Amino acid sequence: MTETTQSIKQPRATTGGWYEFATRHRASIVAAVILIFPLVMPFTALAVNILIYGLYALGFNLVFGYLGLLSFGHAALFGTGAYLCGIAIVHFGWPWYAAIAAGIAGGLLMALLIGVLAIRTRGIYFAMVTMALSQCVYYLFYQAVDLTGGENGLRGINVRTIDLFGLRIDFINPMVRYYVIAAFVIAAFFVMSRILASPFGAVIEAVRENEMRARASGYDVTLTRLLTFVLSGGFCGLAGALQALHLSIVPIEILHYETSGLVVMIALLGGMGTFFGPMVGAAVFLVLENIVSVWTVHWQLIVGAIFIACVLFFPAGIWGTLIARGKR
Amino acid sequence: MAGLSLDLIALQLFAGLALGAIYVLFAIGLSLIFGMLTVVNFAHGAFYMVGAYVGLYLISIGGNFWICLVAVPIAIGLFGLAVERVLIRPLYGRGIDYPLLLTFGLSYVMVECVRIAFGKTGYPFDTPEVLQGAVDIGVGYFPLYRLFVIGATAVVLLALWLFLEKTSFGLIIRAGARDPQIVRVLGVDVSRVWLIVFGIGTAIAGFAGLLAAPLQGVIPEMGGTILAEAFVVTVVGGMGSIGGAVLAGLLVGVVVSMTSLFAPEMAKVSIFALMAIVLIVRPQGFFGRAGLMS
Repeated sequence: MTETTQSIKQPRATTGGWYEFATRHRASIVAAVILIFPLVMPFTALAVNILIYGLYALGFNLVFGYLGLLSFGHAALFGTGAYLCGIAIVHFGWPWYAAIAAGIAGGLLMALLIGVLAIRTRGIYFAMVTMALSQCVYYLFYQAVDLTGGENGLRGINVRTIDLFGLRIDFINPMVRYYVIAAFVIAAFFVMSRILASPFGAVIEAVRENEMRARASGYDVTLTRLLTFVLSGGFCGLAGALQALHLSIVPIEILHYETSGLVVMIALLGGMGTFFGPMVGAAVFLVLENIVSVWTVHWQLIVGAIFIACVLFFPAGIWGTLIARGKR
Repeated sequence: MAGLSLDLIALQLFAGLALGAIYVLFAIGLSLIFGMLTVVNFAHGAFYMVGAYVGLYLISIGGNFWICLVAVPIAIGLFGLAVERVLIRPLYGRGIDYPLLLTFGLSYVMVECVRIAFGKTGYPFDTPEVLQGAVDIGVGYFPLYRLFVIGATAVVLLALWLFLEKTSFGLIIRAGARDPQIVRVLGVDVSRVWLIVFGIGTAIAGFAGLLAAPLQGVIPEMGGTILAEAFVVTVVGGMGSIGGAVLAGLLVGVVVSMTSLFAPEMAKVSIFALMAIVLIVRPQGFFGRAGLMS
C-alpha cells in the first residue's frame, strides 16, 4: 500500500481525523480487532462463525461493493470451496494445508466457470444468471452422492491436530482453532487491502463508476469483471474451506440459494463497498441471530424485516453510515 | 429404452407442456413487472406460494376450487398493490438493485409468516373432483387436470393479450414500457400504471401457485425453486418479452419432462444447461432486444 496509490484512491483523505488513519492502516486494524475479538464474545464458536462469514462477505463485497455487480450465486463459490476441501481430506487423505489450497482452487475455478457465462450479461441479469447457475451447482453436488454424500452432506472431515514446522497444534481446542482460522482470515484481509490499493483495484472501481469512461480509457471492462469475480471466488473458496474444517461436515445447504442471500444481507447490513463493512455486518448479523433465536424460532421473519428496513432507510449499511457521519 | 414408444414420448411432451404452462404464467408476471417497472421481483416465488396457501385456506373453510380460481388472484393482486404502494414506490430512481434487494427481504418475511400460520410441513392439495381422472387424447390417457392447466393458461394469456393490445389502458402500459418519460409528459399518471401492473403480475403469480398446488402439493419453500427456474425462462426468452416468456416457458417444461424420461438424474440440471447454451449463442434470449444484455 504505497502513498501514491492511496492518494489517488482516496482524494478525500486530506480531511484528516480517524477516517484517514483507519483507511491507511485498515488491514492492521482488522488484524488487531480479530486478535482480541474472542475475549469479548460470549463463546468462541460464534466468534469463529463471524470470522468465516466475515471472510465470505469480504469476497462477496469485492464483486458487489467494489465492482458494482449484484451476485446471487456466491453460495456456489463458498460451497465449492468447502466441498473440495472436505473431499480432499475424506477421499484423498490430503493434509490440511493442501486441502485448504484445494478449497481456494475450487472457489477460483467455479468462479471462472460461472463468471464466463454470467459476465456476458450485466446489471439486473447478472443477479438472475448467477442465482440460476448456483442452483445448477447445487443439483450437481446433490447428485454426486459418491463424492459429496448427497443429501446427508459430506461427513468425516476430522482434523484433530495441525502440524506446523514440527509443532503439533491441537485443533480441537476452540481457542486454538479460532486463532488458526484467524491467521488465514487476517492474511486474506491483507491480500484484499493490497488488491484494492493496487492500480487494478482502481480499475475495478472505475468500471463500477463509469463503464463507458473506463472502456474509453483503454481498460478491458469484460476482463476486469471476470478477473474480479474469479478473485472473489478465491476468497469465498478459502472461507468455505475454513468452514469445512471448522464444522467437520459440509451440509448440502451450504450450496442453497439462501447461503447466497445470507451474504447479500451481511454485506448490505455492514456497508457495501467499504473495507470493514463485511466484518461489521457478519458480527452484527450473527450476534443478532444468536440473541433472537433464544426467544423465537422465527428468526427469518426478523431478518427479512431488518433487511427491508435497511434497504429503505440505511442503504449505506452500518459502517457506510458511520463513515458518512465521520467525514462530516 | 425398449419400452419407449412414440406414444409415450408424445404423452411426456404433453406433460412437459402442462409443466411449462406453470412456468409461462410465473414468467409472464415477472416479465410484465420487469418490462414496465424495471423491477426484478425476487418475491415473485413468495406470491406464488401464498397464492397456493390462500387456496388451501379457502377450501378448508368450505370454498371450492372454482371460487379459488377467482378469489386467489384477486386477493394476491390486492396484496401486490399494497406492496408496490408501501414498499417499492419509495425506491424508484434509487438504482436498479434496491427493489430487487427489498423484494428479496420481503420473500423471507412472507415465507416465515406462512410458516407461522400453517406450520413448516407441507400439505397435499386435492385435485377438484370434476378434474380427476384421465382422458384419451389419441396417444394415450392423459390426466384431465393437466389438460385443464394448459387450458387455463391459454385463457389467461388470451385475456392478457386482449387487455394489452385492445384496451386503451393496455396501450398506456405498452407505451410506458417503451418510454415512461414521454408518457408522463403526455399527462398520464405513470406511478398509477406501475401500481396496477405490479398488481396484475402478482395476481398471475398467485393464480399460477394455485394451479400448481394440486400437481405438487403446497409447502412454504415452493416459491424459491420455481423462482430460479423462472429466471432461466426469462433469460432464455428475453427479459421483458411476453412472447419470449411463453415460448421459453413451454420449452423449459418440455426439456425438463423429456430429460426426466431419458435421463432422470439430469432433469434438474438440464434447464440450466439450456440457459448456458442460450447465454453463449444468443445472450439477449430469443426475443430480447440485442444490446440490452451486453
